[in-house]
Amino acid sequence: MSDPMGFLLWVKGPAFNFALAVFALGMLARLVEIFILGRKTNYAEAKGGEWGPGFKTMLTRTVADPGTFARAPFNVVVGWIWHIGFITALLLFIPHIELFRGVLGIAWPGLPNPVVDAVTAITILALVATLVHRTQHPVKKHISTPEDYLVWTVTFLPVLTGYLAYHRLVNPYPLILGLHILSVNLFLVVFPFTKLTHVFTAFIARWYNGAIFGRKGVQS
Amino acid sequence: MSRLKEIGVKVEDGEAAPAEWGNALPILHEVGHGLRQLRETGEPTVIDLHALPFGPGDEGRLFDLLGRGEVEAQIQALGPTRIWETGFPGVWLVDHRNTEDERLALHIEISSVPEILRSQREDIDDAIVRLEACIADPAGTS
Amino acid sequence: MAARKTLGESLREHGVSRRGFLKFCAATASMMALPPSMGPVIAAALEKARRPSVIWLSFQECTGCTESLTRSHSPTVEDLIFDVISLDYHHTLQAAAGHQAEAAREQAMKDNHGEYLLIVDGSLPGPNSNPGFSTIAGISNYAMLQEAVAGAKAVVAVGTCSAFGGLPAAAPNPTGAVSVMDIVKDKPVINVPGCPPVPMVITGVLAQYLVFGKLPDLDEYHRPLAFFGQSIHDRCYRRPFYDKGLFAESFDDEGARKGWCLYRLGCKGPSTYNACATMRWNSGTSWPVESGHPCLGCSEPKFWDAGGFYEPLSAPLGTPGNTLLAAGAAGVVIGGVAATLAKHRAATAVAERQPVTVEELEQKL
Repeated sequence: MSDPMGFLLWVKGPAFNFALAVFALGMLARLVEIFILGRKTNYAEAKGGEWGPGFKTMLTRTVADPGTFARAPFNVVVGWIWHIGFITALLLFIPHIELFRGVLGIAWPGLPNPVVDAVTAITILALVATLVHRTQHPVKKHISTPEDYLVWTVTFLPVLTGYLAYHRLVNPYPLILGLHILSVNLFLVVFPFTKLTHVFTAFIARWYNGAIFGRKGVQS
Repeated sequence: MSRLKEIGVKVEDGEAAPAEWGNALPILHEVGHGLRQLRETGEPTVIDLHALPFGPGDEGRLFDLLGRGEVEAQIQALGPTRIWETGFPGVWLVDHRNTEDERLALHIEISSVPEILRSQREDIDDAIVRLEACIADPAGTS
Repeated sequence: MAARKTLGESLREHGVSRRGFLKFCAATASMMALPPSMGPVIAAALEKARRPSVIWLSFQECTGCTESLTRSHSPTVEDLIFDVISLDYHHTLQAAAGHQAEAAREQAMKDNHGEYLLIVDGSLPGPNSNPGFSTIAGISNYAMLQEAVAGAKAVVAVGTCSAFGGLPAAAPNPTGAVSVMDIVKDKPVINVPGCPPVPMVITGVLAQYLVFGKLPDLDEYHRPLAFFGQSIHDRCYRRPFYDKGLFAESFDDEGARKGWCLYRLGCKGPSTYNACATMRWNSGTSWPVESGHPCLGCSEPKFWDAGGFYEPLSAPLGTPGNTLLAAGAAGVVIGGVAATLAKHRAATAVAERQPVTVEELEQKL
């Protein structure tokens, strides 16, 4: 622990295992609870199917409707940009794919590094923009809770430290790589207990919405 | 250890075509830069090829691209040093080797004459002393 | 003892011409990873340089570093021992043995007190471990190092063992091995790690000290920046393949034959700082990646404990797949229990429901 390499081995080893355990345990506990609880039995006669409308809503709610876009274009555009950037850097950077192979045993093709690098830079800028917007916009500022800032921080840190590590802007290298992995560990630990769970629940919720409306025979 | 066992061995016959690592071309650009500088200011340039991350075959490819010119020379001092002008006048290759013919340094020197080919002042001083001694005592009896 | 001759005098006495000297300077510049334009500066400095006295101590080591040094071809080890430095004690290379050898060491330490360069290869048992794990002539490594450091101008730790602990300090570190840096705090320490270090790097560091008479610029790990300033990855001729996403997936696939990037086969190049990619090994013949093998990261601290040599750098340590499965299973159980409890609570609430009418409430108020 005393030297950067020891720190790197600690975050890669025991700390990563711990974070992964908290993440898997917390997330599965929450998901299983949601699925087992299900919804109350509806005795009313179904006026339409559930599956079709459910999936349709999963899709339609993913794309902002014109009204939402007109009201909050910044949220929609910047939100899309950094989400896509974050997912690209997370899933298509080759060292990350090797990590997934190490943990899950599956791998997929990645993107060339300069592409991931550019996407990461854009993501950092977009994330900073969201924070500035959050602190400047009166309504957003008013409704923001400490959790919102916590979630922003644990999302931003892995991107920033990853960028710093890739460009070797902090020395020695094991220190910044260790900080990158540590920030990811933090992300994993915080994940199941904050709104970050939307990664899994957003699409489930959209499906439920669509399914309810479908059963009632109304459009969503 | 499981990954270690997966290491396969495949024996290939014949010479595979050497891969292109693309490291020779940037050097040519640098050489061109040096040549223009030599013509305009007379200042020579030395490029240390030892310090470059060459892949296998890159050096040979660079030698082929540069070609051979009109001059070749060899110096015997602490082992052989081979010097030749490339197909581009003003661009020289200087290959320093030790007494066991292992390479010490490999330079591209862009100059009208490589520095090490010139007779050095200290050696000339020494030569005057020895020449005078030779004139004074041609038989070398003392 | 007569004043030491300058290197210029020494070379001229050996009948070396000015051309030879210039060549020597060119080779030295190349070895020190300095631009060729530094040649005249080096020539001027070497002309006046005096051979430093060097004492070489070998502790818990395998002699691989000395083997490497003797493979240095620029300058040859003979040049190095007789012309460039005055190697006054090296118990493997010197002719003297036993008491004579130890006497030579003590004599050199006395004659050059405060001036000599101390080179150490191998780690040593720390102050709190049994000194009997490693001794020379009945003196513990720790005591010998303390004694030698006292009169040294600087200490050069050659090899990963002396720089970072290396193999002897790898888990579980039975001898309580520590690095030179862990013990020497009041003298400059230069680390030249590698298992072994590139021979030219060892001589290059010594030459740098000789030429400039001062210690080189160092990185956070006390490594000379001239040789350890860039990662293997950044100087690798296969780097374009990493950037394009072209990887060898096994040691005999098409990618391996085409010389693609070895990251997926465990190459530690991105986290390793060393000069292999440019200086190469075996008189500049090749280096590990060029011969198709991933970099092991031997010049970095804890490289023996930093995960499998054939595991990608970003792969986690241990077996996180099992952790994930176990934790996931526990999560399923906990989630199931939580859901069952919630359902049970809801059912109990329904069963124990006690309706209240508005009139009843109003009476209570």
